[in-house]
Amino acid sequence: MLSALEWEALSLSLKVACVAVGLSLIPGFAAAWWLARREFRGKALVDGLLHLPLVLPPVVVGYLLLVTFGRNGAIGQWLARIDIVLPFTWQGAALAAAVMAFPLMVRAMRLSLEAVDPGLEAAARTLGANPLRVLFTVTMPLALPGILTGGMLAFARALSEFGATITFAANIPGETRTLPLALYTLIQTPGQEGAAARLCAIAVVIAMLSLLASEWLARRARLRMEGRDA
Amino acid sequence: MLNFHLHRQQGAFTLDATLKVPARGVTALFGRSGSGKTTILRLIAGLERPDHGHLRLDGECLTGGENDIFVPAHRRRLGVVFQEPRLFPHYSVRGNLRYGMPRALTPAQRQQNQSRLHEMVTLLGIEDLLSRMPGQLSGGEARRVAIGRALLSRPRMLLLDEPLTGLDGARKQELLHYIARLAREIEIPILFVSHDTRELFAVADRLALVDNGRITASGEIGDMLSRLDLAPQTGRFEAGSLLTAEVLSHDDDWQLTRLGLGAGLSLKLARLAMPVGRRVRLRLRARDISIALETPTHTSLRNALPAVIHEIESERGHASAELVLGIAGQRVRARVDRLVCQELGLKVGLGVKALISSVALSGPDVISLDAMDDDIPVVNAAQPSAAQPNATQTNTAQAKAPNDAGSASSAS
Repeated sequence: MLSALEWEALSLSLKVACVAVGLSLIPGFAAAWWLARREFRGKALVDGLLHLPLVLPPVVVGYLLLVTFGRNGAIGQWLARIDIVLPFTWQGAALAAAVMAFPLMVRAMRLSLEAVDPGLEAAARTLGANPLRVLFTVTMPLALPGILTGGMLAFARALSEFGATITFAANIPGETRTLPLALYTLIQTPGQEGAAARLCAIAVVIAMLSLLASEWLARRARLRMEGRDA
Repeated sequence: MLNFHLHRQQGAFTLDATLKVPARGVTALFGRSGSGKTTILRLIAGLERPDHGHLRLDGECLTGGENDIFVPAHRRRLGVVFQEPRLFPHYSVRGNLRYGMPRALTPAQRQQNQSRLHEMVTLLGIEDLLSRMPGQLSGGEARRVAIGRALLSRPRMLLLDEPLTGLDGARKQELLHYIARLAREIEIPILFVSHDTRELFAVADRLALVDNGRITASGEIGDMLSRLDLAPQTGRFEAGSLLTAEVLSHDDDWQLTRLGLGAGLSLKLARLAMPVGRRVRLRLRARDISIALETPTHTSLRNALPAVIHEIESERGHASAELVLGIAGQRVRARVDRLVCQELGLKVGLGVKALISSVALSGPDVISLDAMDDDIPVVNAAQPSAAQPNATQTNTAQAKAPNDAGSASSAS
């Protein structure tokens, strides 16, 4: 059904998106919690920085990643010493996707955390629950629909990442040529209109599936929350 | 025993409160809203930190002290019931009740937890609610679950922050009776924050007055209410006194009940629906007491009790004078005209007769100090399904709680 090339692009895209979301879940939740529950100096600045990838041209983000994580970059030269090379690798594509998806994830998680009544957390504390137990038994379960939505939004965003990826990780077949990049390549090649249309259809189907899955998960989480016997 | 001195500055509001709370009974923090009652409670619970001060519970320092300790809320073992029930919406009632219970590691501990849960559920009449989610509970049910949840965490003290706000009259009455019974049955002290005088009449043993961030006076509730100098602050209580008494006998022909006040004195009032031997708290309004120099004859006032005048407060510019009488060793406030005071030659130390109209006293002025199920029926009209278990629960509670209410087993 799928050609070898299509399958390669699709599986690479899924791998890149899964790694990107997997790696940003914990930092994303931490950032969302920090912004939702704590007041500190420079909060607006941190908030702004987090949202920057959402408003910057993706190429700028890719360029900044190249400057930072390139072989001679501020962090890249340290990583190179322990044999971690990010530019022009699929891991680099995952990093680019994670950075681009991070604001969306944090935003959804933060909104749901802000909706959790701090009074419930205080009540849990007076019942002898330490901060970690409060987090895992009260805060996180109540914010779960938002956490899932954030994860799914980030996944969808990571799948569709183009600009930052092509700038930072380039367009290497089998290594960094994800679905959007493969589609772009086909469009640039004369006589490949049919193949391009097929890839386009695949992209639409994947996006729809991830949105539906997100809705289904969030609803299931809500129902489980209301019907669960602890 | 809890004692504290806590200071905290919140904008223009200064809280500076000092209090000792004894190891037993119900102590009420009474004051207007905004006087700082809730802040005091939050400081005690460790949910807020004072600027300075100290707080000790049973000798253990929880706040302040030499090393400026601040024990976090989850290590204080203080049960708190907030103004809202604050049940966890994602846990069932059972899950909520279990949340604060000590973890059971052995089968014996599991067994013990199970029986404590069962006991509490019976005491609060929430057997039928265990598998429900908090969203499906009525206001009164949710409060009861919240109280049970706090008690099951084995607290060393129970802090109640106006737990009856937002309930309608019948629910309020119902829950008030659960709390009053709890106060007699559990062995841990209760600190009860309220601005409702009726609630305090029903449950409080001691009263601490809170005004503008300070605790201005504290003591036995009866003494506090009969202290003339505190009248400006206790003024929202109708001037009066609280006496303890016991139901001596009923007269079914004339529908009267005789209450013993101690020292061989008794008074009659309209028939009460309480068994003989029940200990009660009786509210006497100052305006319902008249003074005579000797027992009058040919009068409708049949309750003439020997009394001694302890204090007189008679000020120019007022028509009435405030008296404090000693009746059977209890302090009782009375109010008479200043003119009468002068004409009768009333003075401190004089023996008089206190005349109390039997019709002035009614059911709501008499509050049972023992198990309190029969005087006002538990209201459950809105939920016919819940009425049955409540009825059975009433019986078990009575069987379990005879007059020596101190023998409860729910607390460690």
